[in-house]
Amino acid sequence: MADGSTTVRVEASAAAAELAVQARETAIRSQGYWAGVWKRLRRDPVTIACALILLAMLGAIVFAHLIAPHDPYQGSMLRRLRPVGTPNYPLGSDELGRDMLTRLLYGGRLSWFMGITPVFLAFLIGTTLGVLAGYAGGGVNMLIMRGTDVFYAFPSVLLAIAISGALGAGTLNAILSLTLVFIPPVIRVAESVTTGVRNLDFVEAARASGAGALTIIRVHILGNVLGPIFVYATSLVSVSMILASGLSFLGLGVTPPEPEWGLMLNTLRTAIYVNPTVAMLPGVCIFATSICFNLLSDGLRQAMDVRA
Amino acid sequence: MLIYLVRRILYAIPIALSVGLVCFLLVHIAPGDPINAIVPADAPQDLVEQIRRDYGLDRPLPIQFGVWLGKVATGDLGNSLATGRPVWADLSVAVVNTLRLALTAALIGFVLGCIFGGLAGSFQGTAIDKIAVSLAVTGVSVPHYWLGMVLVILFSVNLNWLPAMGAGPGGSSDWVWDWEHISHLVLPAVTLSVIPMGIVTRTVRGIVAEILNQDFIQTLRGKGLSRSGIFWHVVKNAAPNAIAVIGLQLGYLMGGSILVETVFSWPGTGFLLNSAIFQRDLPVLQGTILVLAMFFVALNLVVDLVQTALDPRIKRA
Repeated sequence: MADGSTTVRVEASAAAAELAVQARETAIRSQGYWAGVWKRLRRDPVTIACALILLAMLGAIVFAHLIAPHDPYQGSMLRRLRPVGTPNYPLGSDELGRDMLTRLLYGGRLSWFMGITPVFLAFLIGTTLGVLAGYAGGGVNMLIMRGTDVFYAFPSVLLAIAISGALGAGTLNAILSLTLVFIPPVIRVAESVTTGVRNLDFVEAARASGAGALTIIRVHILGNVLGPIFVYATSLVSVSMILASGLSFLGLGVTPPEPEWGLMLNTLRTAIYVNPTVAMLPGVCIFATSICFNLLSDGLRQAMDVRA
Repeated sequence: MLIYLVRRILYAIPIALSVGLVCFLLVHIAPGDPINAIVPADAPQDLVEQIRRDYGLDRPLPIQFGVWLGKVATGDLGNSLATGRPVWADLSVAVVNTLRLALTAALIGFVLGCIFGGLAGSFQGTAIDKIAVSLAVTGVSVPHYWLGMVLVILFSVNLNWLPAMGAGPGGSSDWVWDWEHISHLVLPAVTLSVIPMGIVTRTVRGIVAEILNQDFIQTLRGKGLSRSGIFWHVVKNAAPNAIAVIGLQLGYLMGGSILVETVFSWPGTGFLLNSAIFQRDLPVLQGTILVLAMFFVALNLVVDLVQTALDPRIKRA
């Protein structure tokens, strides 16, 4: 009898010790996770280069008022469409004689703002709804996911243009329509990763030990799902930049004379016969930003080991 | 399979109805009273009320939706406010033009994407792979409206090889498959094809690499099957997914061609939408969005069914 109980106790303490070791290993591994991500990122020259280019662009557009050589609105009929390399006008001038470099710097502010804000808002709203659907399951899940299905029935560009077209031109309307376009895909990703995590043992254990739904979501779910959702959201930034500038290009976003890359591309369209190089510059900016965000997102996905 | 077929088709009905509802509401989220789009601002009040009754705009929204749905079901999309003609008259021509452009672009994108993706997946980690992956990233990152302008500068302005605008000589609207017309199609179709090219390349690369890593390929190699024999096995395994991707892309191209159509003045749905937006011609806007979205719903259904039929591994009930 005595021998038997001793054996059980020894086994139990051995199991406890093993659990403690496991827990410590997990803790070390989770510390090591971010260290590993950083290590992988540092070894990835393309991602680092893209991040640096984007940081440089961000710096340039934030401090546009300090570095821009001219006024973004002040033009002159006498020096319209000067070529690239004109003294005093390093990137030439536009169809109203305004300095291109200045307008590209100022234009980046609105282009970046209109490209990133919808993804940021969609990330917040989509994650909330997606985690809710994934965690709650049942009727709530049905309601949210069937709602997203309706938006999935529209090709994304068409949906953005339909909403923008009905609401009319304007920066805020364009941001609103793009946010609505990006919420459903974020919900889908958030719901699927949450459903995956929800049934894991440690969530079950937390529930068994009496943790409330909010605590479980905050402590156990969010920590595990935010990474993949964030990586997915970064991959949307590139599309969002192209679409936001595209809406302005169509005349549905920013209104003249405000500088914005898509709108500048549109107003310079007639200049392609006179000065094609200058007319192409705003598009080069959109392209550069979009490709850097795309490569950065790919790099993050690989470094964070998130499956597509 | 039959049960899945019926269920999938039944499931498309509520989706189609909700799409209809969103399109119906588009007119109502537009700022201002919809009546202002029909009558001039200085019309007398009793005339405005009269027209409001004639159009049924005084009835509750759910009833208006029902009436509108009934009309749409019989093919009546209303009349254009700008021209007074039935919306369907202009839309049917535009849809065919957009479909022609989108199909050509999808075909180019699919063929190039399969070639690039197949090569990249077969030679992973080599220079070929890196070039194909760079092309794919470029394809999905490039603002295609800008690419269209670059192509116009290169091939229309500088080289004078291809026309920059329209869908036929002298703005003619009848399509014939001769060089004169096809030359108008080349630039817009190539411009539009870069997105599906990039996406198909990425997808096919992933699938091919995954298939080549599987045990049965090792077995086939081991039993001495030739390269072309293995290639055939890879194609058979990759085809259902690749076809599903390009099928959905066709829908995205139909809906997303507005920017390219604007650049090239292509007389399709995008061009129609653009003018509808700026003339505040809400019936045309609503009808065009509805038709394009319904096309997309139908396409989704077909892609799902074709994929299930092609791939015996997918068991759906």
